[in-house]
Amino acid sequence: MMIDHPVLGPRDVREFTVLGDASLIDRPDPTSPDAAKLFHDYVHLRDNPAGIKRELWFHEGGDRSWLVVTRDTLSHRVLSVALARDVARRNRETQA
Amino acid sequence: MAQTDASSATGALTSKEHVGDHMRYSAWEIFKQGLTGNKSWPRMWRDPEPKSGYDIVIVGGGGHGLSTAHHLAHRHGLTNVAVVEKGWIGGGNVGRNTTMIRSNYLLAGNQPFYELSLQLWENLEQEINYNAMVSQRGILNLAHTDAQRDAYIRRGNSMRLSGAGGEWWDRKQIAKHLPMIDLDTSRFPVIGGLWQPRAGTVRHDAVAWGYARSADSAGVDILQNTEVTGFIIEGGKCCGVMTSKGPIRAEKVAVCVAGSSSRVMNMADIRLPIESHALQAFVTEGVKPFLPCIVTYGTGHFYICQSDKGGLVFGGDIEAFSTYAQRGDLSTAEHVMEVGLAMMPALARARVLRNWGGLVDMSMDGSPIIDRTEMEGLYFNGGWCYGGFKATPASGYCYAHLLATDTSHDVASAMTLDRFATGAVIDENGRGATPNLH
Amino acid sequence: MSGYRLATAGRIDRSKPISFRFDNTWMKGFEGDTLASALLANGVSLVGRSFKYHRPRGIFSDGSDEPNALVTIGEGAAATPNTRATMVPLTQGLVASSQNWRGSLKWDLMSVNDIAAPFLSAGFYYKTFMWPKAFWEKVYEPFIRSSAGLGVLSEKSDGAVHASGWKHCDVLVIGAGPSGLMAALTLGRTGARVIVADEADANGGRLARESLAVGDELGADWAVGVRAELDSLPNVEVLPRTTVWGVYDEGLYGALERTERNGTRGTHWRIRAKHSILAAGATERPIAFPGNDRPGVMLASAARGYANHEGVAVGRRVAVWGNNDNATRTAKDLKAAGVRVVAELDTRKGDEIVRTKGRHGLREIFLSDDRRIEADALAISGGWSPNVHLTCHHRGRPVWDEERAAFLPGPDLPPGMACAGAVTGAYALSDALRQGAEVGSDIAEALGKPAPRLNVPEAEDDPREVSAFWQVKAKGRAWVDMQNDVTSKDIVQAQAEGFVSVEHAKRYTTLGMATDQGKTGNVLGLALLAEATGRTIPETGTTIFRPPYTPIPMGAMAGTHRGQHFQPLRKTPSHAWAKEQGAVFTEAGLWLRAQYFPQPGETHWRQSVDREVIATRRGVGICDVSTLGKIDVQGRDAAAFLNFVYANGFAKLAVGKTRYGLMLREDGFAFDDGTCARLSENRYMVTTTTANAGSVLRHMEFVRQCLCPEMDVHLISVTDAWAQYAVAGPQSRALLQKVIDEDISNEGFPFMACKGLDVAGVPGRLFRISFSGELAYEVAVPTRYGDALIRRLMELGAPMGVVPYGTEALGVMRIEKGHAAGGELNGQTTAGDLGLGRMVSTKKDSIGTVSSKRPALEAGDRPALVGLVPVNKTAHLQAGAHILPPKVATKTANDQGWVSSACHSPTLGHDIALGFLKGGMARAGETLVAWDGIRGVQSDVTVVSPHFYDPEGERLRV
Repeated sequence: MMIDHPVLGPRDVREFTVLGDASLIDRPDPTSPDAAKLFHDYVHLRDNPAGIKRELWFHEGGDRSWLVVTRDTLSHRVLSVALARDVARRNRETQA
Repeated sequence: MAQTDASSATGALTSKEHVGDHMRYSAWEIFKQGLTGNKSWPRMWRDPEPKSGYDIVIVGGGGHGLSTAHHLAHRHGLTNVAVVEKGWIGGGNVGRNTTMIRSNYLLAGNQPFYELSLQLWENLEQEINYNAMVSQRGILNLAHTDAQRDAYIRRGNSMRLSGAGGEWWDRKQIAKHLPMIDLDTSRFPVIGGLWQPRAGTVRHDAVAWGYARSADSAGVDILQNTEVTGFIIEGGKCCGVMTSKGPIRAEKVAVCVAGSSSRVMNMADIRLPIESHALQAFVTEGVKPFLPCIVTYGTGHFYICQSDKGGLVFGGDIEAFSTYAQRGDLSTAEHVMEVGLAMMPALARARVLRNWGGLVDMSMDGSPIIDRTEMEGLYFNGGWCYGGFKATPASGYCYAHLLATDTSHDVASAMTLDRFATGAVIDENGRGATPNLH
Repeated sequence: MSGYRLATAGRIDRSKPISFRFDNTWMKGFEGDTLASALLANGVSLVGRSFKYHRPRGIFSDGSDEPNALVTIGEGAAATPNTRATMVPLTQGLVASSQNWRGSLKWDLMSVNDIAAPFLSAGFYYKTFMWPKAFWEKVYEPFIRSSAGLGVLSEKSDGAVHASGWKHCDVLVIGAGPSGLMAALTLGRTGARVIVADEADANGGRLARESLAVGDELGADWAVGVRAELDSLPNVEVLPRTTVWGVYDEGLYGALERTERNGTRGTHWRIRAKHSILAAGATERPIAFPGNDRPGVMLASAARGYANHEGVAVGRRVAVWGNNDNATRTAKDLKAAGVRVVAELDTRKGDEIVRTKGRHGLREIFLSDDRRIEADALAISGGWSPNVHLTCHHRGRPVWDEERAAFLPGPDLPPGMACAGAVTGAYALSDALRQGAEVGSDIAEALGKPAPRLNVPEAEDDPREVSAFWQVKAKGRAWVDMQNDVTSKDIVQAQAEGFVSVEHAKRYTTLGMATDQGKTGNVLGLALLAEATGRTIPETGTTIFRPPYTPIPMGAMAGTHRGQHFQPLRKTPSHAWAKEQGAVFTEAGLWLRAQYFPQPGETHWRQSVDREVIATRRGVGICDVSTLGKIDVQGRDAAAFLNFVYANGFAKLAVGKTRYGLMLREDGFAFDDGTCARLSENRYMVTTTTANAGSVLRHMEFVRQCLCPEMDVHLISVTDAWAQYAVAGPQSRALLQKVIDEDISNEGFPFMACKGLDVAGVPGRLFRISFSGELAYEVAVPTRYGDALIRRLMELGAPMGVVPYGTEALGVMRIEKGHAAGGELNGQTTAGDLGLGRMVSTKKDSIGTVSSKRPALEAGDRPALVGLVPVNKTAHLQAGAHILPPKVATKTANDQGWVSSACHSPTLGHDIALGFLKGGMARAGETLVAWDGIRGVQSDVTVVSPHFYDPEGERLRV
């Protein structure tokens, strides 16, 4: 695969490590009354779709950016790439 | 504990009734058929039309599903059972793996289960009258550092406590048995290895066919080319499946579809602690006997054995990204070769003949799930990661036990769905809830 | 023994003779020969033995589809088994050996299998060998294993490596036949970056082996001309003897160049291409008829190819038979070259061969109309199968074309791939040339480099009309898979037993599983299966084509990452110094660390380690700890960030102070530990364990970028920027004071203090932290001064008896102190298990705190850290033992814990251990058994505090 890094351009998959589903950005509120359940779901449960999926990738052999990579798990095509930090910030703004 | 289970497990089957023109295989039969041009061998299993309902519908005609059907029929007398398979039976991971069986686990949540499985393997041929070529040639896990040795010793002691056996081999023993291993000149010299003599290999396709034939002979319907398109859910209870050949009702629906677990369970709105990944495996051209046992490398993931036909069968890491594409990346394949050659430089001249990518359910702790779900009537078996093949007999045995009795079998009692909520995880390598690291 | 070299025909260089050896006979060939053509020219027809029945096997094809002519090339450690003779260019002194026989190639004892063939039909082994039970592994299996397999793989390495590298291009043209050459020429002239990879010599593909004309010249000459132009274009690279074997994502192709150069065995190329043109041609397929496997029976295209290209007659009396016009062409070419053709047979005229004779090679053929023909070679053609393999590597399926009786590329090609030539069913030469030009110009246009239309030369059209004819139904065995000995009867039997899907039939019969991957036999087998089941071929399906297209040596894909170069090696700044001291090194991840420093007279490692520990505890010792991960954390929100990453509180750490920190994973288990020093208001230095240096940084970056995007904090790994030494022992202050001017007294620089200061005139850092339990410091200087610093400290410390100590002594001292390390922080333990439960702050949220409260993580019966001492003080304790109650059965149910670290404590004079025990320190004083069954030892142990030495920590605060 090739990942089109938003800052550095197309990079071979060998430069990256991958963590998993991008939902890991959305850490639950630890003060919520059902925090235990929310954290169980957050840490363990996955949609695991056959098709379009958003995933967290780390440019370990590069600039150490965390990226949100949207790709198709059936074809391995990469559809879009964003800096995870931007995604996380946007999430905060929409939640706020 | 495991020994008791296995001795009853490998004892007499409860049902010996056979339907149709079931033939007992033997050397005599081969001789007879050979003289008459091999023209009257019967079908190994029927090709029935689905009935409108069954006591139990097993979703997935892979090794585990067929093993479950066999054990339901022959140990619990439950034969009003259907195995529903989207394509052809045995077309998934049981037909595509590195054929290794072993019981060399560390944790009490796993080891007795795999030891039961190994004992069931040891009696498989006699149990199903089908030669799956169980070959107990042993497995050696190489260690390269003192820390690794300590971890293997701890594991070996767990194995011995479970009755599985296990030995520590020093360098001299390794050099004597496996002269092709580079003990010294590679980047990571070998200091010793964990040896389980009872581990081995099995002709994988034969496992699916043998269990199918056995289940079919007892009256289980194996429905090939029948795709499950949804669950019949009434009043919060699962009452059957919708299929490409119409609805099939069932008292209990048992999902057993490694690789597609999330997709299938999603039809019942159940999210799983599972991610799908591809695992590449490789087989070389056939060569004369080269490797007498299974060997795994300690610095980098690599395992290898040799098939009866002479092909060297090996694999390595899963693809770190999740995928349903049944193929892996070239970089992963290259890394597998690098580790292989670090272990046995002579492999450089062996040629890779086939390479395939199977879909594996990577669970959040690297261990499987055999459990009821939150929905009445719906049962789940999955999350086998890349190690499901060796579990085939015990997985079917324990799943059948659960389906027949609604209680977990002792050796599978830790393999629950709620262990992630309680924290009673079975994390063999301590990598936590990161499925691609297991 | 019937082939021979024709007097004049062919394109070999007869001025360059070559000697080679096959088995024990030296023979002659010419430059331009393959091993196969040279063997034929020398009259060799028996080359090997088949897999199962050990039937005689000859040369069947002239390309990579060869199922039969497999030989071992080279000798000793360099011997390479299972090599297709058709793919080996003849070189001076080449040594080839036949395979898979016992006795001799001609009189193979294993051919007894052939007599027993009626009892060895498809799947026979699944139905027998079950009684008696023990016999499978002891008798049956060893026999099966030794008769199976083909060549012998040496256990030794010859050390030869493949090179590997990357190439990038606009267009990768796969195959240099007529369509590939036309496409490459079209694109090459536009200036596009083109790579042409060809499995053979890149000189026209089949065209080089045919007598067809292009324009007014011989097609083979035309191809040479095009190749010359391609070679002259700077933007075009032609790779002969290069097989593109796999299609990966985003235009990545795996290719193996077999040309040996610079001492390598070839080159593994990863080619990134925007577009690719698959012009891989087609493979001729055989017909199933009784006795079709005898040496001398070969593909028609091969028979005429050998005559046209290598000037070799494949026999003295050659019969030709086919279901298409290839047969006619073959006869014409053979006759033109001077080969005697004794029969021209055509299924369309009703000619059917029902039997053949000849023990080691064909002698006679029998027809259904009772004709018998003496022939020593039979050229057959059952039509063509396009080489669609690479079109399927992304799970696309080929489609059946009834007219051509062949599978053509399906609609779902890998992205960027187009097909041209025979692979699309365009068998006629003029069609192939035109298609190549068209696909080339389409892609040129897509690249924005419009191509002027090339004049497609006139070509002699080669009629390829096919009438599907798969098998002769007559008594006797008709081979479908020549190498694995799968006959048409096996397929019928498999079908009868219910193996009606092609995947089942393939697995049950082993059809297409041999080293030729079924290139010639698969479609034939499929057709027979379809016929047996009464279904059409498309209904019966096709098997999935997976990489590699042809078998690829493992060594090719591994490239140069071999031996010592398997993984990088990391050395600490004082590695050279340690080596001078005679240190013994140990692996720690990719690092090499000094394990201990043997002194003269010390014969056992324990003596060295005990000495290092005692000297450090009594005086002063120095240990290189540069391998610890070091992360520089800076920013206005650094304190808040660390407070979130660590389970214990960090919000109030004062400037100039260091604190021990524990990180959890989000699932609540312990992740890593280390120290964190606050160097200034907004700057911290975090250390990690050596093992987790990478994963902690990755995790902290995840927390920073994904969970705390609003924070002003930055992380830099400085592991390699600092050389760091632990200076430990009562004399450590005195020693350090010799290189540090600032006050480092207990008052001026108390326990857990940290500071940036001059060290021997170099800007360095000092931390008053202790892993050993003694008064100790860790001193850091920029990496380039590390070597100088250790030499200076050793020199200045000599009068006070300073010793260097390695990881063993480090380990002993930390076990004596009860500090956790890798054995304890194994990813399965909680803070509570480690005796650090109170560190997890309840006053704040941090990574892992919510999940750490899951019931099973807080359960009272979890195994928790304890100390263990042997009841018999001379007994040895070793890590990996399990802890059992005394006098119980050794079984899983009685397993109560394990020993995680153990050592001999020279300080206490006996062995000590850390372990995890159900119930933990609540069981202090109990006597249990450390059971190490795998090593056959066990010892009674008493449960004690894990803090064996100076539990109050008085020594490190002085």
